[in-house]
Amino acid sequence: MLGTGIIKGMAETARNFLGSYVSREHLTTVQYPEERSPQIENARQFPFLVFDGDDPIKGLRCVACQICEKECPPKCIYIVKSKDKRVDYKGQSQFYPARFDIDLSVCMSCQICVEVCPFESIKMDTAYELSTTDRFGGLMADKHQLAKSNEHYRHIHPTDAALSDAALAVEVAKAKAVAEAKAKAAITTTVSPQPVAAT
Amino acid sequence: MTDSLDQIFVTLKHWLLSGLDDLLKWLEVAPPGWSMPLVSIVLSLAPILMVFPALFAITTVLERKGLGRIQNRYGPNRVGPFGFLQFAADGIKALIKEDLVPRAADKVVHFIAPVILVITAFTVYAVLPFGRNMVAADLDAGLLFFFAVGAASELAVFMAGWSSRNKYALLGAMRAIAQMVSYEIPLILSSVAVVMITGTLSLTKIVEAQSTHAGLLPDWFVFTPWGFMGFTLFMIAANAELNRSPFDLPEGESEIIAGYFIEYSGFKFALFFLSEYLSMFALSGLGITLFLGGWNAPFAALDFIPSWAWFFAKLLALIFLFIWTRGTLPRLRQDQLMNLAWKFMIPMVLVNLVAAALWHFTGPGWMRWLTSGALVVGAYMLLGKPQFESKDIGKRTYRFAD
Repeated sequence: MLGTGIIKGMAETARNFLGSYVSREHLTTVQYPEERSPQIENARQFPFLVFDGDDPIKGLRCVACQICEKECPPKCIYIVKSKDKRVDYKGQSQFYPARFDIDLSVCMSCQICVEVCPFESIKMDTAYELSTTDRFGGLMADKHQLAKSNEHYRHIHPTDAALSDAALAVEVAKAKAVAEAKAKAAITTTVSPQPVAAT
Repeated sequence: MTDSLDQIFVTLKHWLLSGLDDLLKWLEVAPPGWSMPLVSIVLSLAPILMVFPALFAITTVLERKGLGRIQNRYGPNRVGPFGFLQFAADGIKALIKEDLVPRAADKVVHFIAPVILVITAFTVYAVLPFGRNMVAADLDAGLLFFFAVGAASELAVFMAGWSSRNKYALLGAMRAIAQMVSYEIPLILSSVAVVMITGTLSLTKIVEAQSTHAGLLPDWFVFTPWGFMGFTLFMIAANAELNRSPFDLPEGESEIIAGYFIEYSGFKFALFFLSEYLSMFALSGLGITLFLGGWNAPFAALDFIPSWAWFFAKLLALIFLFIWTRGTLPRLRQDQLMNLAWKFMIPMVLVNLVAAALWHFTGPGWMRWLTSGALVVGAYMLLGKPQFESKDIGKRTYRFAD
């Protein structure tokens, strides 16, 4: 009969209206500034630079290879390579970023920089309350703002961080093995002039 | 005591008038003859001009909160206690916003359209009885006055749409005119049934005709077959007259953004909302007066509650009904809107007139319940069947998406 659908709909809305006063489950919204819904582990907002140790700038894993700068689709990364070299976390002498800026107003959170980085040095952060009164300078993050510790990464993305740590451990072990082999080769070359194939 | 509470506003007005008179006599000032009636008019109008905009302010908050609850959220809850001062924030925002007028607009018409809309929305309150002896102008043809002035709002709507020189505004205004003209007929004809029974166009006399009690139920017209159907049709037509959901095609924010008031900003925009809500209260008040017994209490035992309190209680109930419908029903399509008006509402309202006549001429007894009720229910089933249960409205099939 005409009108039964309307009455059914009215009953449904009345049930929701009254239910919202009775049970908390009916109110699905989160009162944002006071409470926040928990983020899922794969949540990502903008990239940050991982550092090891205590000094955010000295401990940066980034070696200014500029792959991310070239790969970034919206071109929001700006890197200036250092003139000098310093010892990195593997004990190798490497360049480091004299400047590393990310324009957060341009970044589209695609994570390609993370995918292409061979040094596990750029990762996605979960901070999302980045509003600012200055839309140009306020959204331009330099390396001091971008540097965040590996502990922070372990905290926000435990699974990914474990994988990253494992990969790094392999890298460091490999580098160590190469260094040892080199050292051995250096010793043997002083004894006999036969080159030793590095593995 | 109850009597004095019931008449407190009437007494207050008389006391103020006589006090002013005494004061003038004491000062030995002889005011011109027209001055005292003017003061009396102002004293009658001032409460209307204060109470209903205040009700508008409260209703906007209640509506947003109610719709929120229907959609499983809180609604506004930031400004003031439980968000009840939201209307103040909205009002201040509307007042301090820049008033933009399009360069190509007809500036004079663009300016006076919202003014006319608000004036017509206020004018209809003159004939509504808010309580015993509480009516600003007790016209003999109050109902006629109400509809005549109320229809002028259509003119203002088209002025707004036309003067904006905007395609969306014009489309919205055209939709509004088509809709309002179509639904004016069932709105008026559903009230004509009441006029036929009571034999008067005076709204106070219509209320008095419903003041008796027969058995358990009061003699309100809504408790008769034709009255119930008339009230239902009246409320549907009122909903369409007010351009409220599900009849909000003239505003249709998904396709024509805001319709006829798209080019209004700041306080003029707020005036459109004010007039829309004022019309809603006025039409609800008319529905109460015609079908829900006006300011009468439902039971004789509850007569100690003042008459104006009953009126406003019923008004709030009807406002809630409007909000509830808005939160439930999706918007109609233009052809569905016209079909509903011309193929269902108007035949139904004509049958309802016959049912009212049957009710009147059959005389008291169960016979008139049977004849009038059977006619109304039968017509409802017959008219409702072919259009709304047609075969082409089946389960939608998709060719590409599944």
